Amino acid sequence: MTALRPETAGRVRFAKRVRRPWRLAAEASAVVVALVVAFPLYWMVLSAFKPAGEVRSANPVPWTLDPSWDAFRRVFEQQDFGRYFLNSVLVAGTVVTASALIAFLAATAVARFRFRLRTTLLILLLVAQMVPVEALTIPMFFLMRDFGALNSLLSLILPHLAFSLPFAIWMLRGFVKAVPEALEEQARIDGASRARFLWQILFPLVFPGLVATSVFSFISAWNDFLFAKSFIISATENSTLPMALLVFFDTETPDWGGVMAASTVMTVPVLVFFVLVHRRLVSGLGGAVKD
Amino acid sequence: MNGPRKAAANSPVHDGRWTPWIYLAPALTVLAALLVYPVYQLGLISFLEYTQAQVSGGEPTSFQGLGNYTELFADSQFRYVLLTTVVFAAACVTGTLAVGCTLAVLLTRVRALPRLLLMLAALGAWATPAITGSTVWVFLFDADFGPVNRVLGLGDFSWTYGRTSAFALVFLEVVWCSFPLVMVTVYAGIRAVPVEVLEAAALDGASNWRTWRSVTAPMLRPVLLVVTVQSVIWDFKVFTQIYVMTDGGGIAGQNLVLNVYAYQKAFASSQYSLGSAIGVVMLIVLLGVTLVYLRLLRRKGEVL
Repeated sequence: MTALRPETAGRVRFAKRVRRPWRLAAEASAVVVALVVAFPLYWMVLSAFKPAGEVRSANPVPWTLDPSWDAFRRVFEQQDFGRYFLNSVLVAGTVVTASALIAFLAATAVARFRFRLRTTLLILLLVAQMVPVEALTIPMFFLMRDFGALNSLLSLILPHLAFSLPFAIWMLRGFVKAVPEALEEQARIDGASRARFLWQILFPLVFPGLVATSVFSFISAWNDFLFAKSFIISATENSTLPMALLVFFDTETPDWGGVMAASTVMTVPVLVFFVLVHRRLVSGLGGAVKD
Repeated sequence: MNGPRKAAANSPVHDGRWTPWIYLAPALTVLAALLVYPVYQLGLISFLEYTQAQVSGGEPTSFQGLGNYTELFADSQFRYVLLTTVVFAAACVTGTLAVGCTLAVLLTRVRALPRLLLMLAALGAWATPAITGSTVWVFLFDADFGPVNRVLGLGDFSWTYGRTSAFALVFLEVVWCSFPLVMVTVYAGIRAVPVEVLEAAALDGASNWRTWRSVTAPMLRPVLLVVTVQSVIWDFKVFTQIYVMTDGGGIAGQNLVLNVYAYQKAFASSQYSLGSAIGVVMLIVLLGVTLVYLRLLRRKGEVL
């Protein structure tokens, strides 16, 4: 056995050397795939900066020698685009903050306590994640009408808050679990009350996970056009970004430069948010997946 | 102020039994009012006669029993849309998993720089909101100004005109924006396989393929299960892409899927009860998927 070892190790090394062209091929294909995957985003930003004539050219080229802000200017001058942008920020911001706080409390409850119905509750949270949000537009519409919330930003905030909670709780549970229980023990011995432990010790420790989880509530609120379309009927000043984008898009001859500029304005904030938190996102998803 | 609060915190009522429920109270309130109640309402409306007349209060609502469901399943368009949805979702799930898993394996075979590039590109696709992803893909494949037709030499072929090509376009966008989750999760899963185990397999003379089949794949099964179920749920209820890219379900509704169909029934033709009935059908299908998933988890003896 021991005598065989060097030979086997040699074979492994040999195999590695043989595979070298394969690795180069793999790396080449990885780079090509990366370019293909990134191309739509590149094209979006490029077209947003191209002058109108180049966007409407029958032979589009993947560069521009004459970048301009014209398309962005058109977008921001159209209707109340700035106002829509603020509305979107307000809706997404409120949903993210409220959902993070509520989910943090709930995740602490299910991660730190044993109580009756706990497993049932977790299963229900899992089931809740697959409810087709769009199908609930109908009852939600009547609920908002009876509530007097139609045409207000509240009619956009409340549904998204509810729809983002189950996943947020589910994912945060992993982050709360990762904080050692000995810490809680220690805090109690030092005389900290439960509330104090919760907000001054646990909350800061879980905060990075909270931010990562928030990406998903942010995206769903930021991306929504269905509720905006269905609930904001007469008060167009309360409309949101996706609706403005669709105004550009939904014509016989769309102003593609404008559509791409508006799309860029809508995509970049999410992109930045995503890149900032992606490490925690991956570990958090890993946790949510493993459990 | 501080005194009584401290006492309350240490009292048995606050300690243990009620604390989790106090922490859960805000979440449960929101979920009960804005998720459970609407689902109940959805079910209720699906048993009623509910059109514009009832909404405006012109006519009283009347109980229809299973009438709406009978009407739905007698409607050939509904059956067609249901079948389309299942086939389209199956195609999207297969495509997403195939691309995601292939690229995850590819990631393990390359050095840091190509891996970083691919990760960043995938992250970008993942982060793109469904609505802007849709507008960008339509532009890429635009008959007059899109680069794809130029490169492929398709002239002014319109992708959104034909049923199949429109679905193909939506399929590409859906795979583009959903493969990153699969890739990242499966890659993390492969990475989590202990190096010693792989070395042991190599020392025992196992081929690459054999190592993959007998060591890596079984260890990946839980991860694969989760991403499959997640993809099935997402792709079955795809809405934004179809709605935006095919302009509300395509020419004469040729690209309708259930979710869009329900919305059009309810809000375009004011047949709220039929729209709700479609929603209930979707809910039941997805509930079935979730129950199968839970059962598989149970069988493996995983605890929640």
